[in-house]
Amino acid sequence: MAVITMREAISQAIWEEMERDEDVFIMGEEVGIWGGTYAVTRGFYDHFGGERVRDTPIAEGVIIGAANGAAMAGLRPIAELMTINFAFLAMDQIVNHSAKLRLMFGGQFKIPIVIRAVGGGGRQLGATHSQTPDAVFAHFPGLKVVSPGTPSDAKGLLKTAIRQDDPVMFIENATLYQVRGEVPDEEHLVPIGVSKVQREGHDATIVTYSKMLQKSFVAAERLSSEGIEVEIVDLRTLRPLDMGPVVQSFKKTNRAVIVEEGWKSYGVGAEIAARLYEEAFDYADAPIKRLAQKEVPLPYNHDLEQHAIPQVEDIIMAVKEVL
Amino acid sequence: MVNRTKSKRVAGELMDKDTMLDLYHEMVLVRRLEEAFETLYQEGKIGGFLHLYIGQEAVGSGVIGARQPQDRVITAYRDHGIAISCGIDPKSIVAELFGKEAGTSKGRGGSMHLGNTDLNFWGGHAIVGAHMPLATGMAMADKYRGSDAVTICLFGDGATNGGYFHEALNLSMVWDLPILWVCENNQYGMGTAVERASAVTEIRQKAEGYGMPNERVDGMDILKVYEATSKNLDLVRKNGPFFLELMTYRFRGHSIGDPERYREKEEIDMWRKDDPIGIFRKHLLSTNGLTDAVLDNIEAKAQSEIEEAIKFAEASADPSLDSLFDYVYVD
Amino acid sequence: MAELIIMPKLGFDMAEGTLLRWLISEGDQLAQGDVIAEIETDKATIEVESQFSGVVRKLVVEEGSSVPIGAPIAIVADAGESIDFETILAASASSSAEPADPAPEPRMMDHALSSSDGNGRLPGGVKASPVARRLAEEFNINLKSLEGSGQGGRIVKRDVEHSIAGQTDEASKVSLPVLPQLEGSETVEAPLTKLRGLIGRRMTSSKQEIPHFYLTSSFDAAAFMKMRSDLNARMPAEEKFSIHDFILKAAGLALRKFPNLNASLGDGKIIRHGAVNIGLAVAVEGGLLTVVIRDVDWKPLRIISTDARAAIQRARAGRVHQDDVEGSTFTVSNLGMYSIDSFVAIINPPEAAILAIGSVEDVAVVKDGEIVPGKRFKATLSADHRVTDGAEAAEWLQIFKGFIEDPLLLLL
Repeated sequence: MAVITMREAISQAIWEEMERDEDVFIMGEEVGIWGGTYAVTRGFYDHFGGERVRDTPIAEGVIIGAANGAAMAGLRPIAELMTINFAFLAMDQIVNHSAKLRLMFGGQFKIPIVIRAVGGGGRQLGATHSQTPDAVFAHFPGLKVVSPGTPSDAKGLLKTAIRQDDPVMFIENATLYQVRGEVPDEEHLVPIGVSKVQREGHDATIVTYSKMLQKSFVAAERLSSEGIEVEIVDLRTLRPLDMGPVVQSFKKTNRAVIVEEGWKSYGVGAEIAARLYEEAFDYADAPIKRLAQKEVPLPYNHDLEQHAIPQVEDIIMAVKEVL
Repeated sequence: MVNRTKSKRVAGELMDKDTMLDLYHEMVLVRRLEEAFETLYQEGKIGGFLHLYIGQEAVGSGVIGARQPQDRVITAYRDHGIAISCGIDPKSIVAELFGKEAGTSKGRGGSMHLGNTDLNFWGGHAIVGAHMPLATGMAMADKYRGSDAVTICLFGDGATNGGYFHEALNLSMVWDLPILWVCENNQYGMGTAVERASAVTEIRQKAEGYGMPNERVDGMDILKVYEATSKNLDLVRKNGPFFLELMTYRFRGHSIGDPERYREKEEIDMWRKDDPIGIFRKHLLSTNGLTDAVLDNIEAKAQSEIEEAIKFAEASADPSLDSLFDYVYVD
Repeated sequence: MAELIIMPKLGFDMAEGTLLRWLISEGDQLAQGDVIAEIETDKATIEVESQFSGVVRKLVVEEGSSVPIGAPIAIVADAGESIDFETILAASASSSAEPADPAPEPRMMDHALSSSDGNGRLPGGVKASPVARRLAEEFNINLKSLEGSGQGGRIVKRDVEHSIAGQTDEASKVSLPVLPQLEGSETVEAPLTKLRGLIGRRMTSSKQEIPHFYLTSSFDAAAFMKMRSDLNARMPAEEKFSIHDFILKAAGLALRKFPNLNASLGDGKIIRHGAVNIGLAVAVEGGLLTVVIRDVDWKPLRIISTDARAAIQRARAGRVHQDDVEGSTFTVSNLGMYSIDSFVAIINPPEAAILAIGSVEDVAVVKDGEIVPGKRFKATLSADHRVTDGAEAAEWLQIFKGFIEDPLLLLL
């Protein structure tokens, strides 16, 4: 198995799917000649040409809208939003159209669109460029919301997202692009809507995904040196949510900490905690703990920003609090 | 009702007599359907909103009458007339408004979301302007696949003041897409007159800003609409986007329950003199040697078709409750 | 016909009980003998059975309420029967009202859902995690008998598991890593458990109100220890006799023969109880319970042994019956297993006396001028001077001595 970065894994997934299926194309701001602002599509324009690697104006409404239309007409667009913060400019297309068109027309057509959006904070980009609004998108039936935390899952999930027929919000974290990991050399598909135990343990369960998965790995090793073994369940998909491994792990450890980068109120942690109480109340041995971003638009100042985002130390403390 | 997708129109050719009679029937059918809906709505048999097309029949019939079968049609929420023009059976339209499984959208969409992709009608859409980017994408797909299809996108004057309009028009030019943009300028965005909402009252001027060829045409006369559409569809097929502004008027309120405080009765009466059906009827009687009896017969036929459609819809079944989650996801 | 279920009197000294937990709901079909509620008296938590069959039409008091005995707690009737709850309850209130000390009004369920302390209502009256509750229920463990090691004193899974395993060592698992400052010799504050609080209040009251006096005597244990050993050689492992079985029997016979100590101080009178029911103090996790062995005077030793064993097991499992803890007329406290020479016990009110048993020791005994090996134990009788005095108590001890030192009498 090759060890590659998350960036390479995502790039490979798109490349392979575009090679495999002519209906697949990518569109977005600077995906073409520039090669992607995060360099994910570097080399694509020269290889696939401008018809399949389409630079767009800075106009998110029509980027997603046109992708929806192309999907209605049978193509399989990958629409890249330079950052997920700009998704708010296309919210109507994502929420009112990607998610609903198929149902509103009684299933006459499909919307096989993948919206790639980069999120996450911690890079001193200021409040409007640093958000992790994953839970917002996961609220809407009709959408699928995927957010991988490892290169292997990123590649496998993105390839699946491109091949399946429903609209997918594929949320990448900008600070994960450099993370390296083993990715199978052969054809690699990971199913959407399947959570995964990424580390086994018995003292407490950390439920997390994306960037916070990586931070949880570090926290888990430090806790292990103190004799505390946490189990880490990676959600990977926020909708449809697979609670199976989460509930199973919780029944084993009886304690859970949910770690997310987004805000706590009405967030992923709120959802997971509520479902654990609904599905496994009798297994709780301590109140379920949520660890999330502090309730503030992220400030520019480095220290303030980092203070607002969950850190490894916060995860360690949160785990100890539920023991 | 005429199924325009069946006959292959010869580019630039004017309407023959049979086509005219078909379109006359279609316009009357739309009128009778909308009148029936108004009553049914007030009887409580139709849920949600109801936006009637009465007064604008020449636009739908004229534009869509001129399309080729491969040309896609997409419109906004005032879509009953467009649905008829695209060839959808009134039975499934009434059934949709009744929320029945036999409706065009299986009772999931309602009045604003009629559609039939087999007839290349890609829907009424309820968010103002939001279907314009969809049209852009569909046209892009056709071009991507080397098809010569044109996407005909109809929208109201109100939609031209929002961001989608500008993003979509701009991108259609940037990507040189086969789209015929058709603005149904009925003078009001809901209750706000064009001059109170738009910097220019001649909407076609907005297309100028994008370097897009454009034309303003009388939308109450189906012959003019048909001719302009027919001519410009050919241009689009060759050269890319074209902007067609059709001057029209809705005789009813924006939707049922509209108090219509924004316009005088005299104004409505003035436009009513230009009733598109009346104009067309006059033309047929004066230049084609048709008799009142022939046209009355067509009108009676339309009336009975609508009555039949209502009976069909009333007798058809609601979707089963266990189908609630159908069509949310494919996989 | 509507029937009122009332707060039962669960002992002659019970004035009120706390309805800890309803085990039925309105609308339930009830058969006579069904367990309907857990009621806490000042001695123990007891499961109460219904005296009636029918449908539970109304639960009159909410969980956590303190209710005077005789006050209605629920109404049972036929399913369809139309009932005027107010009239029934009003009638009951006028008939059961205590003239001297007006009973506190039970809180009506309709009026308040949370207890008056503003902290809400803990199920079962204890702070325990859901998984701890579930495990405790599965293994018949009384959560109230456990001390919580979780945050804020919450009883957590490991506490119940330790109880199941009979462990008391709390330190075997990861212990409070979040509070490392509590390790070592730091002062730790542990919350007062309900049971501990109860014992404290009762003992304080006993020691303050009852003029105790004490007599200690030494007894020859050789004969009954030999007999116990002989008997146990013939008994199956699970039915072997304990030392306290012999003490109970001897005390029971002594009380029958000299009943002045089998008594309570009543309102201006001394009540000599007809039955000889001896309480045996049992150490349980977090405190002490007194289980009652009834009719010890006439029950055969083997039955006493069986009864005592069963009652002790129930007490340790936190599942005592009403009969296990109510109605004792005299108490025996045995610390013999802890190598205690002798000790002084506090009277278990409203009894008049308690006998504290020390360890049986191998001692040199002077017998007929010879020093011979012998077995002896000391016992101290604490008695209520309002009921009896030194001479009577001494007389009783002599009678007890007669039985315990001639153990064949215990078998007659």
